[in-house]
Amino acid sequence: MLNDITLGQYFPGDSVIHRMDPRMKLILTIAYIVGVFMVGNLPGYALALAFLYLIVRVAGISFKYLVKGVRPLRFIILFTFVLNLFFVQGETPIFTIGFFTLTREALHNAIFFALRLVFLVMGTSVLTLTTSPVQLTDGLERLMRPLQRFHFPAHELAMMMTIALRFIPTLLEETDKIQKAQMARGADFETGNLIARAKAMIPLLVPLFVSAFRRANDLAMAMEARCYRGGDQRTRLRELKYTRLDAYGAAAVAVFLAVIAVEGVLLG
Amino acid sequence: MSIVIEKLNYVYMAGGPYETHALHDVSLTIGDGEFIGLIGHTGSGKSTLVQHLNGLLKPTGGRILVDGLDLADKQTDKRAVRRKVGLVFQYPENQLFEETVEKDIAFGPKNLGLDDAEISRRVREAMEKVALDYNRLKDRSVFELSGGQMRRVAIAGVLAMEPGTLVLDEPCAGLDPRGREEILGLIRRLHEQAGTTIVMVSHSMDDVASLAERVIVMNRGEVYMDGAPREVFSRGDDLRAIGLDVPQAVELAQRLRERGLPVPEGVYREEELQQAIEAILGKGESHA
Repeated sequence: MLNDITLGQYFPGDSVIHRMDPRMKLILTIAYIVGVFMVGNLPGYALALAFLYLIVRVAGISFKYLVKGVRPLRFIILFTFVLNLFFVQGETPIFTIGFFTLTREALHNAIFFALRLVFLVMGTSVLTLTTSPVQLTDGLERLMRPLQRFHFPAHELAMMMTIALRFIPTLLEETDKIQKAQMARGADFETGNLIARAKAMIPLLVPLFVSAFRRANDLAMAMEARCYRGGDQRTRLRELKYTRLDAYGAAAVAVFLAVIAVEGVLLG
Repeated sequence: MSIVIEKLNYVYMAGGPYETHALHDVSLTIGDGEFIGLIGHTGSGKSTLVQHLNGLLKPTGGRILVDGLDLADKQTDKRAVRRKVGLVFQYPENQLFEETVEKDIAFGPKNLGLDDAEISRRVREAMEKVALDYNRLKDRSVFELSGGQMRRVAIAGVLAMEPGTLVLDEPCAGLDPRGREEILGLIRRLHEQAGTTIVMVSHSMDDVASLAERVIVMNRGEVYMDGAPREVFSRGDDLRAIGLDVPQAVELAQRLRERGLPVPEGVYREEELQQAIEAILGKGESHA
């Protein structure tokens, strides 16, 4: 169960995608997702998929990884799909069973919303798979820096994200260990009704919180011991720099957006 | 009751970028009433092997039979296996969660579906085995106890399952010398008095030397040596080659021999060495 989470899992590599500036990758990912949300027909999604496939191949990552990233969200996607089927008011019925009439518009909406979610997850997975968490938060911090003028705590936020990301694997490991330790004492996390399962989580969550707070405390001490004082006038070891690669990346996404736009106009 | 391991293989994160072959064709038989010391460098596969013994990990290949129950078989009742093989993880105090000591120790027996009288009996007995005073400590919060006490509560939590085999992963890690002595003493008593089969993972060659009757050395996911402590610890150079060492008594005996003292080969326990030195001194043959 815990090994299934791909979102936020960095896949080390040295491809051109890996070497791009994280700020540019963030911007381009957002651009890509906006593009996908504007797609209005199935061939458009085929194009979006082809583009994604191309990027993943260039990055040297197996496409299976993207698909695996969608898996934990399959229930949300299914839920969205079903909700749209039932609640979208349409005019062209396909068939009727009892109270329920499936309309063309509802089916259309359901499919498109589900597809958008899938692409949203897959698109952001490309970003997180090719960008180390540290780079990612660096990029975010730089992108949010203009907001500091309005007393927006860009550095603090980025630091919190770095720490949170840093501790995800640690806490996952911890969870796995505690879970096994309780299973060794006969605990059962897999069967029973909803209430029984929620109750079964207590032996897992209490030790996990205890250890998370202890870790937070230790980390705060360690940071203070090294005179950490927050954002003002902090310099960094590696300054972010845009390179030619970023220009190519931007051009590639621009071409993709243009193709999507033209395709949208042609096929309506 | 015996545990038979045949050609056990285990791969972490198969197919991913971090794929690691943690165990490679491990075959072992753990007999009833044995005391096994399991040693190996960090990442040698000890902990992975240990988690297979009560079915927490599913073998990638090969099989394990615990008292005739096949752990790779989905039909096998995992709780039945966990009743037979108790596993104490590293830093087991991190798994404590209940409000009181008594409730925490009762967690295991409760999961087995036992009645209240039996649960209460087991809690008392388990606390007695780990030398904790039932009346004084039962209602205390587990988080108020000292580190050594917390660890003993955690071990009692596993003992309350009354397993015939007890597996301990680094039971003394992070304890002060006194806490260490207490834990080792209780493991020794369990083995000697209750006849419990013990598998103890340890980084301390001295702890293994003083307790184990058989030593299994793991290296890179394979069984590198398996035999009586006397044999295993006589191969000091092989042990050092894989990042381990020999007990201090062996080291000292070796140095004394180099100085020309007739300390017999194969001495590995402190008491043995002491006797050997006393014998030499008593005869007045000191060359040093």
